Amino acid sequence: MAETAPPAVKAPVRSHRRPSRITGRAARRAAVRLATSLLVFWGALTASFFALQAIPGSTVDALLGNNDASMEVRQQIISDYGLDRPLHAQYLTYVGRALLGDLGRSYQLDQPVTGAIGAAIVPSLQLTAAGLALGLAVATALALATAHRRRAVRSISSGVELVGVSVPVFWAAILLLTLFSFRLGWFPAVGGDSVAALVLPAVAIAIPVTAVLTQVMREGLERALDEPFVLTARARGMTDAAVRLRHALRHALLPVVTLVGWLFGALLGGIVVTEKVFGRPGLGRLVVDAVVTKDLPVVLGVVICTAALYIVINIALDLFYPVIDPRLRGVS
Amino acid sequence: MTAPAAVVPEVTAVVPRRGVRWRPGLWAAGAFVALVLLASAFPGLLAPEAPDAADALRALQAPGGAHLFGTDANGRDVLSRVIHGARPSLLAGVGATALALVSGTLLGLLAALGGRAADEIVMRLMDVVLSLPSLLLALVVLTVTGPGPLPSVLAIALYTMPIYARLVRVQANVVRRSVYVEAAVSLGLRPSRVVLRHVLPNAFAPLVVLTTIEVGAAMVAASSLSYLGFGPKPPAPEWGAMLAAGQQYFAIAWWMAVFPGLAITATVLAITAVGRALQQRSEGRPA
Repeated sequence: MAETAPPAVKAPVRSHRRPSRITGRAARRAAVRLATSLLVFWGALTASFFALQAIPGSTVDALLGNNDASMEVRQQIISDYGLDRPLHAQYLTYVGRALLGDLGRSYQLDQPVTGAIGAAIVPSLQLTAAGLALGLAVATALALATAHRRRAVRSISSGVELVGVSVPVFWAAILLLTLFSFRLGWFPAVGGDSVAALVLPAVAIAIPVTAVLTQVMREGLERALDEPFVLTARARGMTDAAVRLRHALRHALLPVVTLVGWLFGALLGGIVVTEKVFGRPGLGRLVVDAVVTKDLPVVLGVVICTAALYIVINIALDLFYPVIDPRLRGVS
Repeated sequence: MTAPAAVVPEVTAVVPRRGVRWRPGLWAAGAFVALVLLASAFPGLLAPEAPDAADALRALQAPGGAHLFGTDANGRDVLSRVIHGARPSLLAGVGATALALVSGTLLGLLAALGGRAADEIVMRLMDVVLSLPSLLLALVVLTVTGPGPLPSVLAIALYTMPIYARLVRVQANVVRRSVYVEAAVSLGLRPSRVVLRHVLPNAFAPLVVLTTIEVGAAMVAASSLSYLGFGPKPPAPEWGAMLAAGQQYFAIAWWMAVFPGLAITATVLAITAVGRALQQRSEGRPA
């Protein structure tokens, strides 16, 4: 009932007030999002600092590795790293350095954490982008094809989606590898930075993403197709395909935007295991190796970088929002 | 004042209006969940052999005949290992979910009933945990604690906890403002009794549904961690670990990796299907 149009008499008054209220709301949402994101970043930094304190064995031992160092060397490291200063001073230094892009030194790799991450992030970003693009494209096509169709079509589609959500990414990756690399020989099995080597890993990480996005987009499309404006469009003689593409699709994209946090986590989790399956270099492999060698600064560095990336994505999204939803463009 | 009123239907809808419609797919899912439960309770009953009965003379045999799922590189029966693998996988999934449920519920109640400051602190903390990629958070925990089945469970519980905390907080806030709690308070019941006897049981109902679905997700997470090598140690028949071991051989012995993966997928699929059916029932939506 709430969605029915207001009486015609009131319309002029409403159209005056509405845009400013909506842009105000959008600005506030962006501000809240930014504040939450910064809080997340600060939380990640603080938690990292305490995790570094909590790891069994002292930082000095971790930095020295297995070498039996003399007292002088130990003392040298302690004063170099400021480990003799009070905890709050160490904390401030840690946060300050992190904000300037210094995430400390790896315990194992003999290089700064930022350098190790910088080398690994490019292949991971390529894989993530490919997986996301694939997932979005397939989900859009599937949702457009199945929304408000016959019962059989929809139940088959939701069955496939349920399987897609349940399949562990690493297993899907192994199956793809067995079938398309070892049996059919269509794609290279291991490593390589050719585009062909990107296909199978991208498909593997796209599977759960596609399954969830299809569900969400179809629900959005079905809701949009029941709106009065769709009836109007049809009455003007628009074809079904045009109604879906030009009117309903935008509405289906909006709920996807709210899923970005989940998407980000799912894709990152996906790359960690896929990079292991395909033996690809990247953030996932870096972090898994670091966990094995207890190289905490690297693990935490990756977490902090992803937190920062998450903030950037959220800000970019707030700028992108009005592109999808013209109602937000309004009068400023 | 309108916000709580808008959420109320969720609580009232928990009262089942009609039973779950047991379609064939759902029957199969239910039966499979029962089978997995049986396998994890009495693996010896179903498995033809012991999970560690190695015999180098029959290594890497293809599925069929004496070994329905084939044998692995050490000549162990894959079917027996898959059946014995049900227990650690299910324990990890259920354990992580139970831990997250209990801690999340306590935090959610604290946020809802402990005043504004507690609410802000707890919920912002939960926001931070929820915003970080879950698998990465689990890996941080494992770096600090070292690998193993128990640390994996702890790590998964840590990042699933906020979901429960949020839900319990909302539910508790709705229930707290309800007439029957008001009545209990004005009857002079002690606060602890009001929380335990009135708020908690009513706030809990939607959690049961969420928990069922989350067990499946936690099982996938646990098997991912053991696939990466942070779960139970190799000779133990765990699905993720078996998959990792089978990966080295999959050019010549696909069955070593395929069947453990199939077991994870089928189990999670069945649990999720049953969970969603429960969800649809509790929300009063047609299936």
